[in-house]
Amino acid sequence: MKNAIKIAVLTGLIAASGLQSCKQKNIASAVSGDAASKVYVAPGKYDEIYNFVSGGFSGQMSVYGIPSGRLLRVIPVFSTDPEKGWGFSEETKPMLNTSHGMVPWDDLHHVQLSKTNGEVDGRWVFGNANNTPRVARIDLTTFRTQEIIEIPNSGGNHSSPFITENTEYVVAGTRFSIPPDDVNGDVAIDTYKKNFKGTLSFISVGKEDGKMDIAFQIQCPGVNFDLSRAGKGVSHGWFFFSCYNTEQANTLLEVNASQKDKDFVMAVNWKKAEAYLKAGKARKQTVRYAHNTYSEKTHSATSEIKTEVLVLDSKELKDLCYFIPCPKSPHGCDVSPTGEYIVASGKLAAVIPVFSFDKMIKAIEAKSYDGEFEGIPVIKYESALYGEVKKPGLGPLHTEFDANGNAYTSMFVSSEVVKWNIKDLKVIDRQPTFYSIGHLCVVGGDTKTPTGKYLIAYNKITKDRYLPTGPELSQSAQLFDISGEKMKLLLDFPTIGEPHYAQAVLASVIKDRSIKIFKIEDNKHPYATKGEKETKVVREGNKVHVYMTAIRSHLTPDNIEGIKLGDEVYFHVTNLEQDWDVPHGFAIKGASNAELLVMPGETQTLKWVPDRVGISPMYCTDFCSALHQEMSGYVRVSPAGSSVPIKFGTGVTKQEVASK
Amino acid sequence: MMKTYLLLACLLLAAFFTSCGGDDKSTSESATQDAAQKTVADPEKYDPKRGEGKFTAESIALSDKIDDAKAKAGEDVAGVKCTSCHKTTTEKLVGPGWKGVTSRRTGEWIMNFITNPDPMIDKDPQAQAMLELCLVRMPNQNLTDDNARAILEFMRKNDQSK
Repeated sequence: MKNAIKIAVLTGLIAASGLQSCKQKNIASAVSGDAASKVYVAPGKYDEIYNFVSGGFSGQMSVYGIPSGRLLRVIPVFSTDPEKGWGFSEETKPMLNTSHGMVPWDDLHHVQLSKTNGEVDGRWVFGNANNTPRVARIDLTTFRTQEIIEIPNSGGNHSSPFITENTEYVVAGTRFSIPPDDVNGDVAIDTYKKNFKGTLSFISVGKEDGKMDIAFQIQCPGVNFDLSRAGKGVSHGWFFFSCYNTEQANTLLEVNASQKDKDFVMAVNWKKAEAYLKAGKARKQTVRYAHNTYSEKTHSATSEIKTEVLVLDSKELKDLCYFIPCPKSPHGCDVSPTGEYIVASGKLAAVIPVFSFDKMIKAIEAKSYDGEFEGIPVIKYESALYGEVKKPGLGPLHTEFDANGNAYTSMFVSSEVVKWNIKDLKVIDRQPTFYSIGHLCVVGGDTKTPTGKYLIAYNKITKDRYLPTGPELSQSAQLFDISGEKMKLLLDFPTIGEPHYAQAVLASVIKDRSIKIFKIEDNKHPYATKGEKETKVVREGNKVHVYMTAIRSHLTPDNIEGIKLGDEVYFHVTNLEQDWDVPHGFAIKGASNAELLVMPGETQTLKWVPDRVGISPMYCTDFCSALHQEMSGYVRVSPAGSSVPIKFGTGVTKQEVASK
Repeated sequence: MMKTYLLLACLLLAAFFTSCGGDDKSTSESATQDAAQKTVADPEKYDPKRGEGKFTAESIALSDKIDDAKAKAGEDVAGVKCTSCHKTTTEKLVGPGWKGVTSRRTGEWIMNFITNPDPMIDKDPQAQAMLELCLVRMPNQNLTDDNARAILEFMRKNDQSK
């Protein structure tokens, strides 16, 4: 018996050691010994780099620290976010307004940091809504969405929000061509070729305040616009868009949009567009789109519906747009740091074509064309081609650059990152990713002077990378050290949503801009309560406004009577704290839009429509002090028509019958 | 034997309180404050009459006369940033009542404490004694120097009135 136990234990031990060594072997094959020390950020220390990552179908943007891979913040953008009250407080609801009404959940694909002279300037970060077409601007002093503009004449905003080298414009190219908004769209779907148009929107960005405005749109042939990049340096003044479905198919695109050997990269001369605009060549078109702005002075958003846009016609206006043939359904369309090379990745192609801006200009001058496509000249492939990266791998998608003249392309089908030299187009290194990489990001990888050092792969498939959590898994990002000749895998880290593009920048560019509180003196909210002396409860018909303050550890007023069934109660909560990281929360039983979270010096409003007579408790939801559990109060709700007067207070209840 | 247990219990209790303080939100903030402030942390040099901060008896140079305009300005700022927690009587609300504070503490101590509370709560014996009573760390309300001086004037005026 004893022996049997011994044997069993021994077997177990052997099995365990076997498993262990097996696992170690796998890890060792991918990760070198010093990887742990390269990603270790000691407690209390900061990461070297901010990584702004699209939250994909979550509709939000996330912020990670690199090299640790720690999640620092989720910035609510295109979806409601209960953690921050985004889309729940009365102040933030207008931010999600569109010409279709409130859209509570969208799909954020790409991220662009604002630039000056082709370098990240740390002021704003932009994101695009891929479903109901919009562009958002997030302020990097508050890490909050400050502005969202809807894009008319668009069916899905995918080639966006890419920007020019001085943030003159953010672009939005429609993925789905559709009939323009001002014509009767009630047409047969198979009249695509005749009735469907593609639209490229150029959104101007205010130099000082960042305010967005649709400067002009360019109406283009009906194709799918996929991705885009601005020219920079030598190619400043141009924009490049990848186009697929030049077959102009309207059904089973998987097959029908993959017929031709070559689709296009569209080169747009936006300086020329500005000249046409000035010369009055644009047509005024009646449309409807929402423009939403959030003010950090009034702590409130406003939504305005705009009704006009200026449209330039790519067919009529010469020298505005050119097509460059590009193998099989190009996806990524990336411009090298000097601006000379345009890397287009045919996602079904066996090569990566690299176009030369210089050759393209010469081809246009020499009219080296291969006919036209819907009135737009098609430049001969060879006349614009610098060269092809041969046998790079399968399914090339996106390319970023380092400081040493190298490019890094993600390969979806063969699940790897491929490093190649821009000059000689030779492949230098390839590393597997786990699994099926989509976008990738090099620190400063789309700027004039990339930082390099790290590359982050955003993988589409997670499978077995982390402990299983049922059928639904978080996404898998992987950090590579690219400081040497060979790329080295350092770290896996999970991300939210499904990240598409991401950008990374040295923390020093951003961290000192970050503000800690909102100054209570500057609070211009119409219902701000600056000090407990100003707290009050005011009845206006069936609307009751509660001017409430929160400070550790009480709400004022914390006893409210005189509320009646049929009332709409607005709790305007001002956080009187002026210290970093002391938000207060606010919740009241039965509120159908849940809660508030109020930053120091800020005012936020919760609308509450009581549905029953009785006493409703309210309390602070963000642990604020040792007496947080005491930070609470009661509201008395009386029947409709009751004569209970309005009474409120904290401590001693004072009586004040509403004046209005 | 009994004594040893007692000692042990005290030590444990002390350890508990220290670690508890470390968990507080405000301390994590103070950890990120300027290195300049950290260097003053030498307990040998700490002056409990003056507190820690930028103000000294010389720099604030109080006169016997109350500046009424300044006191009014202080009352206004206090209305927004202080009186949610402090009454002007001797009654404790969240923090202690203000009545008599200018005779208990020096002007420079008060101004240092209200502009630089976290480092002082971490080391000032009187501030720590108050924390044990109130259990809420006094927040940094981001007062300007002028705000702080005006609030002190308001406290002085409040202490002169009956």
